[in-house]
Amino acid sequence: MIIDKRKFIDVLAKGIRFDGRKPDEFRKVKIEYGVTRSAEGSARVTLGETIVIAGVKMEVSKPYPDTPDQGGLMVGAELLPLASPEYESGPPGDWAVEVARVVDRGIRESHSIDVKKLLIRKAELAWTVIADMCVINDAGNILDAASIAVLAAMRDTKFPKLVGDVVDYKTITKEKLPIKETPVAVTVYKIGKELFVDPTNEEEGLADARLTITTIEDGTLCSLQKGGESPLSVDEIDKMIDIAVKHAKVLRKSL
Amino acid sequence: MSGLKIKEKTIVVPGEILAAGMDYLPSFGTYREGDNIRAGRLGIAQVEGKVIKLIPVSGRYLPKRGDMIIGKIIDVSMSGWRVEINSPYSAMLMTKEATNEFIDKGANLTRIYNFDDYIVCGITNVSSQKLVDLTMRGPGLRKLRGGRIIEVNTHKVPRIIGKSGSMVGMIKHATGVNIIVGQNGLVWLNSEEPAMEVLAVETIRKIEAEAHIAGLTDRIKEFLEKKTGKKIELGSEQREERKDFERKEFENGNGESQ
Repeated sequence: MIIDKRKFIDVLAKGIRFDGRKPDEFRKVKIEYGVTRSAEGSARVTLGETIVIAGVKMEVSKPYPDTPDQGGLMVGAELLPLASPEYESGPPGDWAVEVARVVDRGIRESHSIDVKKLLIRKAELAWTVIADMCVINDAGNILDAASIAVLAAMRDTKFPKLVGDVVDYKTITKEKLPIKETPVAVTVYKIGKELFVDPTNEEEGLADARLTITTIEDGTLCSLQKGGESPLSVDEIDKMIDIAVKHAKVLRKSL
Repeated sequence: MSGLKIKEKTIVVPGEILAAGMDYLPSFGTYREGDNIRAGRLGIAQVEGKVIKLIPVSGRYLPKRGDMIIGKIIDVSMSGWRVEINSPYSAMLMTKEATNEFIDKGANLTRIYNFDDYIVCGITNVSSQKLVDLTMRGPGLRKLRGGRIIEVNTHKVPRIIGKSGSMVGMIKHATGVNIIVGQNGLVWLNSEEPAMEVLAVETIRKIEAEAHIAGLTDRIKEFLEKKTGKKIELGSEQREERKDFERKEFENGNGESQ
């Protein structure tokens, strides 16, 4: 669909969007667990027509010298060319790196994973959590879909069996990955003076600015990521945070 | 082994043998290979006397003379504009066909139509090399401002328009939305009431999905009545006057046939 930017702002002010939704209305969210067999934990998130699959692999490696008593976390994003005409194959582009960074920061800064519990032997061996997400279809709002997909995959993750210092990936134990919090990212978009959530591709392309807000259950902010060229006022940021907290609560229920 | 190999009005796939022998003649969408007539694309085969033709059900828009289409300006050159028409071929709009006003030699053509502008235009000629010529001279041909443009299957366009514009007229009447249906599968909608615009899009999508099922007009009427809560009377007022360009189309027999 091709839409006129000025008209989009006018219509948004009347409280309705081009697909009939309200400005602060999410599309339908569906989360399925355990969708891939090769990963220790996985989830597929469907947000309207947007589909993101996330998988978690557990690896053992030497802890970093500056944190000898902690395990590690790695998040990567892959934007498959089949997901959107915008994406090309090859090394990850700016957008893929940003998506991975935002998701990574939300999980890391919320201290969701008890990294000390990932330690096997101090300064010698620890688990590393590797979360990868694949965007299967980009119909807008990849950031929020990816964040919830990775969180769901992590909650689905069980440790594989450790034989000596080697991982036996064929045997999965019953022990789950220790996840303490539920960091959910909600991106609030701004166009003109209007704020809205969960954009479609067309709306994403027209928006002036966006702010991704990751919060945990009690409403504590874990991370913020601003995008777009237009500036945001303090007032607007306050409003955006309120919207994000409200929607994060709803999204958390679908986990 | 001559004669018809398929039943009339069945869906055929490219390469399928429709008839053998010289008793039949290939027409639109079909071709002769040796003794056989084969289907050139996916569609419904129709036999009219000795002529076999094919109504495509999918595929890109192929420009045809007399069509009214919606296009996007993709290039401004010395002598005119290049227009993207949702087709494998791009079209050319020459300055002398652009307006009724006089254009100075060396005038800045972007003042008339600029990059990314959308226009409603007519096709004046399609050469054998698929060079497409456009015109802006004609009733209802203009630059589009505001609104939204959606893409539909070009082969469902006759159903969306309906018999002499009855279907699109009904949607316009029920929702109050301004609609222009281009033969190339682009539909422009504009309204002061965004909710009605959403309903109009929904209705067009419904027509697109159910175009092949009989009783379409009644179902769409019922759907619109339910959604708007108003009664629609199918009278002469809905059979509104179509633009010259489209009327020519219907006289050529490309409109809805039931």
